Amino acid sequence: MSKTDNALTELGVAAIRDGVASGTFTAAEVAAAFNTAAAEAQGALNAFIKLTPEKALEAAAKVDAARAAGQPLGKMAGVPIGMKDLFATCGTETTAASKILEGFVPPYESTVSQKLWDAGAGMLGKLNLDQFAMGSSNETSAFGNVISPWRREGSTAELAPGGSSGGSSAAVSARIAPAATGTDTGGSIRQPAAFTGISGIKPTYGRCSRWGIVAFASSLDQAGPMARDVRDCAIMLEAMAGFDPKDSTSLNMPVPAWETSLNADLRGKKVGIPREYRMDGMDADVARAWDDGIAWLKDAGAEIVDINLAHTKYALPAYYIIAPAEASSNLARYDGVRYGLRDLPQGAGLQDMYAATRAAGFGAEVRRRILIGTYVLSAGFYDAYYTQAQKVRTLISRDFMDAFQTVDVILAPTAPTAAFGLGEMVSDPLAMYLNDVFAVPASLAGLPAMSVPAGLDRQGLPLGLQLIGRPFDEQGVLDAGLAIESRAGFTARPAKWW
Amino acid sequence: MSVDTATVAKIASLARIKVTEAEIAAMVPELNGILAWVEQLGEVDVTGIAPMTAVIPNQQRLRADVIGADPLTGGGIRDAVLANAPAGEHGFFGVPKVIE
Repeated sequence: MSKTDNALTELGVAAIRDGVASGTFTAAEVAAAFNTAAAEAQGALNAFIKLTPEKALEAAAKVDAARAAGQPLGKMAGVPIGMKDLFATCGTETTAASKILEGFVPPYESTVSQKLWDAGAGMLGKLNLDQFAMGSSNETSAFGNVISPWRREGSTAELAPGGSSGGSSAAVSARIAPAATGTDTGGSIRQPAAFTGISGIKPTYGRCSRWGIVAFASSLDQAGPMARDVRDCAIMLEAMAGFDPKDSTSLNMPVPAWETSLNADLRGKKVGIPREYRMDGMDADVARAWDDGIAWLKDAGAEIVDINLAHTKYALPAYYIIAPAEASSNLARYDGVRYGLRDLPQGAGLQDMYAATRAAGFGAEVRRRILIGTYVLSAGFYDAYYTQAQKVRTLISRDFMDAFQTVDVILAPTAPTAAFGLGEMVSDPLAMYLNDVFAVPASLAGLPAMSVPAGLDRQGLPLGLQLIGRPFDEQGVLDAGLAIESRAGFTARPAKWW
Repeated sequence: MSVDTATVAKIASLARIKVTEAEIAAMVPELNGILAWVEQLGEVDVTGIAPMTAVIPNQQRLRADVIGADPLTGGGIRDAVLANAPAGEHGFFGVPKVIE
């Protein structure tokens, strides 16, 4: 790798877009540099399920040709990105990290990925994830764990990159992709971003089309960008968002110019601090990072206000009824008939084939969630579990709306701890679920929420702070994120060992 | 509420997932742990609270009733539909013989 190539992989979305537009370097040079970096890291990090260097080069050539011809360039022109393997990509295998979809080659393109290609982005590859986006450590993938590029000080123990967008977070923090798509059902963009010292935003439910994204829990699933800083997230979200008639829950609203409106001056703004998030036995470093965040936002001119989100402790149990219920229904489509895996034991009938296929194709966590979902939706239990959870969800949403009568944005930690080691949590599903305790409430209420890096813990691992905004107010979230980013001075990065 | 082996076997059958007796035995305590934890929702007073139906208020839309308005879902793409089928034969999805 030449010195120039090294310099190019240091660049983020804005710098690449501007450098390509001004002719400082070509899109082809950028794509080649990241292709090389991604291929070199693949054996150690396993961030990708499939590398597609030819796709990155092809998109770059188009951008270079458009520039040479004097044509206008898109918002993401010349930026090669990683695509979470939950987005259907036409002609490129799409697996959701599950054996049940192995070999599935979509004959169509997801709306979000198509928008990114239309904006001039190129695809470095399909990123690894937790199977069907169910997990918080990327340990449920059928294609192996993703290894975080981060390590504890003085240790070589393998750490989780977070989940479910663990390939995305590992790739961006290792600088083998300047940005990546993620999806967030109960924290799957924010928690991995926090674990790896990068930024990521889940927009308001409905901003990004779900069409062509493998469904997990449809009332919660939202796509969003993961990148190195707030500005890069704003640029990429503009390219991803927008009304899509093919998604019945898509918001029919114009996409604001988030990037050019970025403003870290928070004078006149009120920031809510939810006291219910300050839990007994909270990690001291996480509490300190939160206090730092409060001081930074004050410094940016904001007024700090204590707020109540009374039903916070019920968010996670409600989520673990609602999300599995929707998953059990969504995943009924994997039947061994129309696509993906088929397991047909000797002499088996149709019902036996369904059961054998699903047993062979789904991983343990996916089976567990389907069974919970099937149970809570079954006759006699539906009201006690599912209806009750949806009522509690109304109360959680109402808590937020009450708070937003007073405050403009809410500040909280993203996750209760820094990254944990691979294998440390897998034996206890409940302990793993609890890692999403701060992320899930905003998901249940469909609110825009972002994680930005805040600092390092005592082991030298990144910690994230979360900003939660009013519906449709991604700008307020990005602005507060920028205020933190510009004061946190977070420049830490994993030392290259791969 | 808690589940026993018979209930787990029943749920697995409803979910069309083949499970062995050993798997059922392992799942009973796991599912009971999770179910015991979600029980706490029962303590929330939800009197007069409607279950959430739409997280962000949105209007339901109907597409124009036009055949083939969207080339992808408009029909006439049988081969593309069958391209990923494990057993697509003679223009159909192949399944094992069904006799009832």
